[in-house]
Parts: sequence; C-alpha cells; structure tokens
Amino acid sequence: MRHIISILIENESGALSRVAGLFSARGYNIESLNVATTEDPSLSRMTLVTRGSEHIVEQIIKQLNKLIDVVKLIDLAESTHIERELMMVKIKATGNTRDEIRSLAEIFRGKILDVTATTYVIEVTGPSEKLDAFVAAIAPETILEVVRSGPTGISRGEKGFNL
Amino acid sequence: MELSGAQIVVQSLKDEGVEYIFGYPGGAVLHLYDALFQQDDVKHILVRHEQGATHAADGYARATGKPGVVLVTSGPGATNAVTGIATAYMDSIPMVIISGQVPSPVIGSDAFQEVDMVGITRPCVKHNFLVKDVTKLAETVKKAFYVATTGRPGPVVVDIPKDITDPNIKVPYLYPKKVVMRSYNPSINGDKEQIKNAVELLLEARKPVIYSGGGVILGEASEELTEFSRMLGFPVTNTLMGLGAYPATDKQFIGMLGMHGTYEANMAMHESDVIIAIGARFDDRVTGKLDLFCPYAKIIHIDIDPASISKTVKVDVAIVGEVKNVLKQMLVMIKDHMSQIHNKALDEWWHQIDQWRSLQCLEFDRASLLIKPQYVIEQLYAVTRGDAYVTSDVGQHQMWAAQYYHFDKPRRWINSGGLGTMGFGLPSAIGVKLAFPDADVACVTGEASIQMCIQELSTALQYKTPIKIINLNNRYMGMVRQWQEFSYESRYSHSYMDTIPEFVKLAEAYGHVGMRIDKPEEVRSALEEAFALKDRTVFLDIITDRTENVYPMIEAGKGHHDMKLRVATGTSTDRELA
Repeated sequence: MRHIISILIENESGALSRVAGLFSARGYNIESLNVATTEDPSLSRMTLVTRGSEHIVEQIIKQLNKLIDVVKLIDLAESTHIERELMMVKIKATGNTRDEIRSLAEIFRGKILDVTATTYVIEVTGPSEKLDAFVAAIAPETILEVVRSGPTGISRGEKGFNL
Repeated sequence: MELSGAQIVVQSLKDEGVEYIFGYPGGAVLHLYDALFQQDDVKHILVRHEQGATHAADGYARATGKPGVVLVTSGPGATNAVTGIATAYMDSIPMVIISGQVPSPVIGSDAFQEVDMVGITRPCVKHNFLVKDVTKLAETVKKAFYVATTGRPGPVVVDIPKDITDPNIKVPYLYPKKVVMRSYNPSINGDKEQIKNAVELLLEARKPVIYSGGGVILGEASEELTEFSRMLGFPVTNTLMGLGAYPATDKQFIGMLGMHGTYEANMAMHESDVIIAIGARFDDRVTGKLDLFCPYAKIIHIDIDPASISKTVKVDVAIVGEVKNVLKQMLVMIKDHMSQIHNKALDEWWHQIDQWRSLQCLEFDRASLLIKPQYVIEQLYAVTRGDAYVTSDVGQHQMWAAQYYHFDKPRRWINSGGLGTMGFGLPSAIGVKLAFPDADVACVTGEASIQMCIQELSTALQYKTPIKIINLNNRYMGMVRQWQEFSYESRYSHSYMDTIPEFVKLAEAYGHVGMRIDKPEEVRSALEEAFALKDRTVFLDIITDRTENVYPMIEAGKGHHDMKLRVATGTSTDRELA
C-alpha cells in the first residue's frame, strides 16, 4: 500500500538526515521526500511517500514518532486529502512538434517557462499520475530532462495540521 | 555567574548530581579537562581506551539506575566510544556522552582528529546534539540528561566544538531546573481501557506465563512485578536482560527463556494460553522462529516504547506506559477479582510445569575430572551468597552465568544483551565497583572476551576497584566453537587462539593478584581466597573443559518446543585436555 506521511519536525540541522537515516537503517523504502520550512520558521514540514504492508507502515510511523525532533505526523492516506506534485520537463521542440507540444501542454494545463529555438521547458503541476501521463504522452526521444518535486499533500476540510 | 563553556559543562554536571565521569583527554577537550582539574566534585576516572570509558559508565548506570557520563575527545576518541554507545543503546541504558569536536570554523574541512560524531552515532543513540552556541550549552546538557533518563532510556551524545569551551569567552550561567521539549513527551500512564482488557484476559487464563524483561529493571518495577506474580500465582520467566527483576530462587520462577532458556520456561511459553510480556521486546533470541512462537496464546504487552509493540510479534492487548505505573493499576483491579482466578486450572498447569522441570535441563556432569564451567558459577554463587554484582562478557560464559547464578535482586546482573559486546565485562565491573565499593563484584569472562578490554586492568589498579575476574578459560571462543560444532561439522574456523597470554603473570604485571586453577577441587577454595582479598583485584584463570556446550539450546529456525537438550555422554576422566 502507498502511504503519504506528513511530518512536522524541528527545523534543525541534521533533522532531515535523522529521517533519511531511519529509513535506510531499517530497510524501509522512500519513494519521495520533500521538505521546507512552514509559516513557523522553527518547524519544517516534510512529506514522505512510502510503500509497505500495513505492519511495515505502522512501524515506520512509530519509528518516526520516536525521533526526538519529530513534533507531529499524520498519514494523509488515512483520510481524504489533496496531493500535488510539480514537474518541469525540458523537451526538444523543433518544426511541427513545437505546436504539438504547446497544445499538449495546454491539455495538461502546463505552463511554458522557457523557450529556445529548439526547446521548451514546461511546468506541469498536479497529482503524480497526471504528471506520469504527461511524460507518457511525449515522444521519449524528445525528452531532454525531467525534474519532479515528489508529491506534497494537505487534508481536505476545516482541520489544519499544525501544533 | 559568568562562566566559560568548559566551566559550564563541569558546573552543569555538578548541578545534575554527577558523581563520576569516565573519560580520556585529547586536543579537542583540553579546555574541558582544565576545568575538571580545578574542582573536586565531579570525579574523573581515567580509562585506558575510550571503549572502556563507555562500558564503565554503562556498568555504573545499570547498577545504580543513574545516568553514566563519558567524556572523550574528537576523532579517534569519539569513534572508540561508539561500540560502547551502541551497547548502551541496544539495552536502553541512560548515558550522556560528551565528545569534543574540532573548532566550529574548521568543521567540515577534514581537520586533524575531525569526525562527524553526530552523523556516526545517529543510528545508535536516543538523540544527539551538536552545540553551536555557548549560550545554549547548559540547556543542551540539561536536555541530554532529560532525554537519556526518561521514557525508554538511552545514550545521548553532546558534541562540543573546541571554541565553544574557550576559557576566554564567558557567558551568564543558569542551569535549568527542567526543560520542556514540544517534540518529546514520553507517555507514562497506560490506557485505562486496555489495562482493563488485559486484566480480564489474565483472569480467564488457564495456562498463563509472565514473561518479563529489562524494562522492569529499568523502570524500577521489580517489587510491583513480584507482588503481581504472587497475587496471580502465575509462573514467571525472565529474559536475559530481565534476570533479577523477579527472585530467581522463588518457586514461581521457571528460569530464563529463549535460545538458552530452561526447558520448562520455553515449553510453558509454547503451551501457554495467555502471555503477558512486561518490559520485554520479543527479541529474536527470545522468540525463536516467529511463526512457531506461542501458537496458542493471547498476548498482552506492556512497554513504554510504542515502537516495541507489535514490532515482531502481533499482540492482542497493547499497553503503552511505564511498567511500574501500569502494574500498580493492574494490582488494584486484580485485588477486587481474585475469586475469578482459575485456581484448579492453574494447579494443573503447575503440575505440567513441574513435569517439565523434572527433566532438570541444567544438570551437568558433576563427576568430571575437568573443571566444568557450570560448576564454577555454582561455586561463585555459593561463595558470594548470591549477593554479588556479576558483570559478564559475551559468549558461553555469559549464558552459564545467566543460568547458574540465581539473581534475586534487580541490577545485579550486568551484561551486554542486545549488542553482545565482547570486552564489556571488565570495564563495566569497574563502574559497578565505584558505585558500590563495599559490594562483591565479579566479572565472569572468557579468555577471548577479556582480551578485548584487558587494558582496563590498569584503571582498576589506579582507582582501587577490587573486582574478581572469573576467567573461564577453555582456549576457544566457546560460543563460536559450539555453533561450528553443531552447524559446520566441527570445522573450527578461527575460533581458537594458538597463543594465549599467561594471565597470572599479566595480572601481576598490572599490579593485581593472579591465580590459575585447573582442578575442580581447587575451585571453591580459590574463590573463597579471592573474595577474602577485599582490597585486591584478583584474576582467576580457571582452566575449564574445552568441549563443554551451553544447553539447552533452541537452534536457528526452531520453536520453543523444539529444544536441543544435553545428552549424557558419561564422565570425562581424562585430565589431559584435548
């Protein structure tokens, strides 16, 4: 099962490596991980996507909670939530393909961020599957570079995840 | 009061009530050592190797319940301490390790004696800190002690760059009375509803077993465990780490469980219908093959660490809390429902257990002309009237000490259970003796283990810590040899040493008394003589039967009911050793 775990962690040097180290030491798998400070500069928010059996994910959550720097965490997959990931793709775009790629970007509500005579950089934001679909729609030989942030998530409804 | 960083560290230790600090100086901690020199309250114990410092502090902590404190320099001083830190971590021992670091401006430049101590120790500490600001130093030390000693205890490293301890930079000092950490609140009480469920399950039990571990000792809950067990009349088994939490000479005690546990303890676990695990963590040496573990039992688990619950064995009732606190609540509930205990079923259960007991799984060849290691431990028990502090190293001798020294009190059995660190026994015995100068302290070891930290014999002389070293010398790494005998067709690959020092001379060279014993009839008198030498460390080099194995044994991949028992092979009559 895929799980998306949101973590509020003390914004201190080494906090990230405590989380990353925990996963490697205990053999858990990280699909993606992103981290940035929150509105409270003393706190960072980390979003971590992992896969594992119910038993493994239960252990992951307990072990994360055990880290002294972790203030709070939730498994977003347990409730309705929104996920967004940001991707930038550098694509070879010459001749006829320039229009094709532009219309494809429009379909995916992408934005063209950079244009040269032979390339585009396109930004696409959305759930990870949408990003996958966009990449799949482009001829593989035209893709020069793909960079993805990994998903971040937030729960639906009135309740906020903070201290 | 304005103090330098170095003075702040020392003053913080004083304010924390630290009696001993175990350490070794070096460049990055020179300021700290200068501050230590100028006071007498915190006594420094100079070891001969930093691993010794950590084990000595660890032994002190295990025997007293107070945190052990270590001071090492950067680089090699710090890395030498890592084995001892990992040892404490695996057994949840409260320790605070202060390590020097190169000056802040050169961190990351591969400076002389620089190592990323915070990075290296991250996986084997409860928490660690790098101090970047001298004004945060006192608070950080306080946090370190707070984290190390609360919840599930563990070692905490405080890495201090040299410039932070600069004697010329002074800042106001105030040691906080308490600290609050928003990210750290160890839960303590246990869920009322779950406690009720557990009591109901216990009252329904017909074949119950109380399986208790090191958490009962760490949580100072031996009295509660004893009262709880006696009230219910249930059999009690202890893990290696839990020995002494329940009196071993009590009739309800069925011995240690697990790989080298007793037949009766393991069979009872296997046949049980309700198991209550108290401050124990279902370690692989306890459970054997997980699929075969306690197939008929409902399991209750009390532990302070939520991550220990259902980590390897799925439990039916989980209670997260301090064992002492939870047991107290259970006692109150059970008192009101004593009549519900199935006494008749319990009688039958005890009858069954007594049958298993009658197998006498710990019996050994008493007529042997060679010294049997089990016999040595029995005699050690007799000579010390069962009241010594016994430290051990790791291997066969450790198991024999656990099996044949019947610990009636907590904190008397000091060994590296989780990490299994050879070299632990001697330095930890020094730590214990410092804490309890009037008590008998024995280090049960073997000729392989003792050599891993033998240099601490020198420390024992300097600080006048008269301990008795019981060296069960079988000229093999016995446990390795045993596994090779059972699983590798007796191909004894590198499990013996062709050259072994003359320990008597070695002991004498270090300023101690050395004795060599090679006849069974000499063992008792030698032990009596050694313990009568109250103010001397005595090294008893005891030449034992080198073919002896630890029984019973659950081999890898087997369940509790499938034990390898000793087969009577007759008596060794040949004194010429194989």
